[in-house]
Amino acid sequence: METHRDDTASKIGMWLFLLTEMLLFGGLFIVYSIYRYKNQEAFHQAAHELDVVVGTVNTAILLISSATVAMSISAIQLKNKKFALFLLGTTIVLGLVFLVNKYFEWGIKIQHHIYPGSEVMAQRGQGDILFFGLYYFMTGLHALHIIIGLVFIAVVFARIWNDKISHDNFALHENAGLYWHLVDLIWIFLFPLFYLIT
Amino acid sequence: MSSHSSSPEPSYIEYQGKYKGIFAWILSTDHKRIGMLYLYSIMTFFIIGAVLGLLMKFELIAPGKTVMEPQTYNAFFTLHGILMIFAVVIPGLPAVFGNFLLPIMIGAKDVAFPRLNLFSWYVYVLGIILVVISQFAGEGPPDTGWTFYAPYSFRTAGNMLPAVLGAFVLGFSSILTGLNFIVTMHRMRAPGMGWFKMPLFPWTLYGTAWIQLLATPVVGVTLLMVVAERTLNIGFFDPSLGGDPILYQHLFWIYSHPAVYIMILPAMGAISEIIPTFSRKSIFGYKFMVASTLAIAFVGYFVWGHHMFTSGMSGTALYTFSILTFLVAIPSAIKVFNWISTMHKGSIDMQTPFYWAMAFIFVFMVGGFTGLVLGSLAANVHLHNTHFVVAHFHFIVFGGTGFAFFAAMHYWFPKIYGRMYDTRWANTGLILFFIGFITLYMPMFYLGYMGMPRRYYDYDEVFHGGNIISSMGAWVLIAGVAVIIINLFRSAKHGPKAVADPWGGKTLEWTVPSPPPVENFEEIPTVTKGPYDYSQD
Amino acid sequence: MENEKHHIVSYSTYLLILALLLVLTVVSVAVTQINLGTLTVTIALFIAGIKSALVLAIFMHLKFDNKMYAFMAIGVVLLIGIMIFITFLDYLYR
Repeated sequence: METHRDDTASKIGMWLFLLTEMLLFGGLFIVYSIYRYKNQEAFHQAAHELDVVVGTVNTAILLISSATVAMSISAIQLKNKKFALFLLGTTIVLGLVFLVNKYFEWGIKIQHHIYPGSEVMAQRGQGDILFFGLYYFMTGLHALHIIIGLVFIAVVFARIWNDKISHDNFALHENAGLYWHLVDLIWIFLFPLFYLIT
Repeated sequence: MSSHSSSPEPSYIEYQGKYKGIFAWILSTDHKRIGMLYLYSIMTFFIIGAVLGLLMKFELIAPGKTVMEPQTYNAFFTLHGILMIFAVVIPGLPAVFGNFLLPIMIGAKDVAFPRLNLFSWYVYVLGIILVVISQFAGEGPPDTGWTFYAPYSFRTAGNMLPAVLGAFVLGFSSILTGLNFIVTMHRMRAPGMGWFKMPLFPWTLYGTAWIQLLATPVVGVTLLMVVAERTLNIGFFDPSLGGDPILYQHLFWIYSHPAVYIMILPAMGAISEIIPTFSRKSIFGYKFMVASTLAIAFVGYFVWGHHMFTSGMSGTALYTFSILTFLVAIPSAIKVFNWISTMHKGSIDMQTPFYWAMAFIFVFMVGGFTGLVLGSLAANVHLHNTHFVVAHFHFIVFGGTGFAFFAAMHYWFPKIYGRMYDTRWANTGLILFFIGFITLYMPMFYLGYMGMPRRYYDYDEVFHGGNIISSMGAWVLIAGVAVIIINLFRSAKHGPKAVADPWGGKTLEWTVPSPPPVENFEEIPTVTKGPYDYSQD
Repeated sequence: MENEKHHIVSYSTYLLILALLLVLTVVSVAVTQINLGTLTVTIALFIAGIKSALVLAIFMHLKFDNKMYAFMAIGVVLLIGIMIFITFLDYLYR
């Protein structure tokens, strides 16, 4: 069967998929807002235990990586392959740094026995249990999306390298960018909800 | 595939591609073949689910233990629910008839993403495999009911994880189908086919696709939370850890109520195709039909709380959900009114699909009106978790979707197989099915009203009479299903050849040969008229 | 149907938006370190809202693309908003 390329169709498809992602996290935001409403004091105190500096650094990392992806799309449109590859490479490195930070952040918490089901947690209040449960679940799900996004961008990187993506055929590149921005977008809300509202 | 000039193209059934035998089907990206893959899988699970239902009805024919242990009964209604909801009625009309007919009805060669379409079938199969694993692995099958209510779903010893993940994966398949359909309708309508020249079945698929897309992720993440709860002991919905089980119910029904509209909208769409064809008349109030489709999809999103009237929600929430529930009745009633008005002064051709459509309208109205009874707060307190609810949703889900599914099957059968079925057997099947259906579910309204609770394998002696009638109805119903399916199977092989337009339909699928060629249209048609234009004859 | 035209956004626009986003991040961290009571939540979420609007409009090209995408994105945000609102009708008055 002959295949004709419809870039707009793939873009609409990508956007529709992003909408489902928004609702996936939307469900979690409902849970968060309800439990925050029911355990205001505990959430307030528990949020103090998270490291604002690490959170802020990770926010900055994601924002910069989002900008580099966006710029790489302009670069490919301007036929500047090398610069596009450089920008995408930067994005991948920044994404990995984000994950490493996350790894250490979780690691320290787990060292202090702050994780769901631990004995230390069992002795603390129910609000704390919910806060850290949500913290691990939501940032964990977000980290999973980072990993998927990195794989997606790596594929785009390889295809630009092989000249399969070029200035007149960059729908996949654009879609990878959209996905990465969505991951960024979710973090923009996770960051204040867990680290800042103390 | 571009060198076809003079000889007629092979039909999608005969077409020889790269692969042979079964691989020509399970590796095909042709939307028609994928539709058939769904048809056969769905019919298989429908039969399994129906047999489970039949066995439960055997158990309920007398009080006390009849044929099975209580735990077996619990496992049966759970599996019956999971299969029938997630594997049969939700993909039912969209994945079978939507896949097969949507591109043809809007004048396209395929859906927007054919490979994604095939992928979504594999995701569906993966979900089914997980559900099957849940039955045989671990410490016994799940026994929570298809709703997986917390906190029982993470306390029970039953093998919940594969079942919950299976439902999650089936939801993912549903999302992909919806996504594909929306893009197809946005990008691939034939030249001249504006949005308001699109037939009503595609319109209802459009509404359904949006619900699939926007509601399923919520239940997806909820089921993931249950998984996390069971494996990591997180405490989202566990009251002993501060969680709130009612929040689980909110999140679950945020999806699972709109899911009812995923099932019923395409059913309404199929009926909206059948009635104009057999009335030889354009649909009455086309724009109202479109608007009511979108209104049902939209309002249906915000009525989830009516499943939780006795869960302990606040008064304000109760009133809100009750009012919103009554609002959904308006667009549904508009549809029934328009169907009736379409028939008015039409030249009605009494054929099997039309009989099915009439049966649909009847059972749908019974289901709809009892839904209003349940939607009123005071009545709900009395009727909640009784057999009245079971009867109501079987009238809507099985009556609505099931009757429409068979209506669609008998309507589009000649198009799909290029052969005609035996009308006499088809009508016999319908009569048995209808009588069985009414005998099975009508007594359950009464039983529920008198106070018989649902989901117990045992009951008080006072309910015995009604249950005997109901169980006997199940036998007639199963006999009807058998007649219908055997007749269709036989006719698909041996029936007389069907012409391109056996019913005198006006939508685009009747302009192509039966069965349709691989590429549907030799030349993409240009549409100039509305979908149900009977003006010249 | 023909494909939409592509708008090439200049590097400097992206860098400007990035700078704005980073400034807003710093502002939200700084503001939430001051004890403003219940206002903290409002301000932090308000800034997050502005940041996400910037990402959606510029990085995700909603400003330049067919308005349909913006319509869908805003629609979903509203949908989540209504869902939270209706759920709170239960929890606020229980």
